[in-house]
Amino acid sequence: MEWLMWFTQFENTKPLALVIFFTVFCAVLFYVFGSRQRGARLESYKNMPFLDEHQDVKGN
Amino acid sequence: MATTNVVTNEQYNYDIVRKFTIMTLVWGAVGMLVGVYIASELAFPFLNLDTPYITFGRLRPVHTGAVIFGFGGSALFATSYYVVQRTCQARLFGDGLANFTFWGWQAIIVLAALGHVMGYSQGREYAEMAWPVDVLIAVVWVAYAAVFIGTIMKRKQPHIYVANWFYLAFILATALLHIFNNLAIPYSLTGSYSLFSGAQDAMTQWWYGHNAVGFFLTAAFLGMMYYFVPKQAGRPVYSYRLSIIHFWALIFLYMWAGSHHLHWTAIPDWTSTLAATFSIMLLLPSWGGMINGIMTLSGAWEKLRTDPIMRFLIVSLSFYGMSTFEGPMMSLKDVNALSHYTDWTVGHVHSGALGWVAMITFGAMYHLVPRLWNTQIHNPKLINVHFWLATIGILLYIVAMWISGIMQGLMWRAFDDFGNLQYSFVETVAAMFPFYVMRALGGAFFLTGMVIMCYNMFRTIRKGNANVAASIATAAA
Repeated sequence: MEWLMWFTQFENTKPLALVIFFTVFCAVLFYVFGSRQRGARLESYKNMPFLDEHQDVKGN
Repeated sequence: MATTNVVTNEQYNYDIVRKFTIMTLVWGAVGMLVGVYIASELAFPFLNLDTPYITFGRLRPVHTGAVIFGFGGSALFATSYYVVQRTCQARLFGDGLANFTFWGWQAIIVLAALGHVMGYSQGREYAEMAWPVDVLIAVVWVAYAAVFIGTIMKRKQPHIYVANWFYLAFILATALLHIFNNLAIPYSLTGSYSLFSGAQDAMTQWWYGHNAVGFFLTAAFLGMMYYFVPKQAGRPVYSYRLSIIHFWALIFLYMWAGSHHLHWTAIPDWTSTLAATFSIMLLLPSWGGMINGIMTLSGAWEKLRTDPIMRFLIVSLSFYGMSTFEGPMMSLKDVNALSHYTDWTVGHVHSGALGWVAMITFGAMYHLVPRLWNTQIHNPKLINVHFWLATIGILLYIVAMWISGIMQGLMWRAFDDFGNLQYSFVETVAAMFPFYVMRALGGAFFLTGMVIMCYNMFRTIRKGNANVAASIATAAA
């Protein structure tokens, strides 16, 4: 379990956190903008608030 | 995206939305009235009337509790219950549970206010309530999460609309913040000792305090924005992909910024620096979201001239942009050395609370009320009057606090030729007097607008109820 001590040093964990979070951020960016087809699908969701607009929606 | 007409015969639970909508208006008027009164007390201390129950120290948490949790909280319950049903095209999960959240939440606001007036406080900002109220909050919040998540789970749409992501993040984060900030050992029915002490306690409090702003007053109202701005504009949000980046960046960054409230104190210097760094980075998602909201109007800018509800929504986004620029700037250690403990902070908070939170809520409520009661707004011209009263009120308020705060900071740090402090504390207080009067005046403008809104909405609701009664009578005949 000695290797766990590595994580107790800020000199190690700060750059590690930077690498992890930057990679995740890049992955999100790639997911969102990486594919034209996926981009079109994601953009189609913007119409969701209007889907039930012209329908007879009753509330009680 | 499913395109079936699944909702044709769906019955939504609007009753719970109506209840929370009404209480949004009530708590808004009450909370702002108390705010104007305590602002006046600071300018004219005789208004304390030598009565401990109405001193600034006791009424201030009544004000913050009523406007944040009463007005803002009720608005979030109302809009989240409305938006989740409309975008999931499913009736709200658990009618009884939803009703419990309503009565439980109202009881919390009343109990908290009574406790503050009586002098009970655990001395934690925005979390002054005594421990039994904290327990009740936790129970109601779990019920809220169950209702919201339950509705999402039975949705007819495969995709969860982005507004619901923001609402869900707000519900989960608020639970986390509330529970950890209020970990305490009770010693009586009204008193308790915090589980934390010293610098750890301070950091816990501001982890909570800042993220109460970040998740309760920002993320949740962004959920409101992502539904009501497109609906009122009659066009979809500018970029859905940008909203995804906005969400993940904002959710990740906010949690780290709390310690900027504790610059130049006994906390470790690196936590201060870390918080300032994350605060600066927060500018990017904040402005990304603001641009996304404002650009929704791209190609339909004339609505700003013709639609006062749209004006509320877009001006709220402008204030959001302004206060999310000011916040990171104030988190810089050198700027904070001047601004901290001064009225500048109060001005900053109110440019966010009045300009962003209240204005977007007004816009959402004006959109919502006619639809909930199936009628037209009683007097659309009064919306315009409300808009200008609110805008002038905010400007008076924040300009007064900017001048007062910067002046305070400069006077506190001024030295004479001999190295002594140039001004005594009481001289700085005396110098603030005209700006305290100006602030109270700004608050009075804002409150007047709120009262006009209440009148307009009351008449609208009455008209809606009368229409229902008339149609029932016609059907019976």
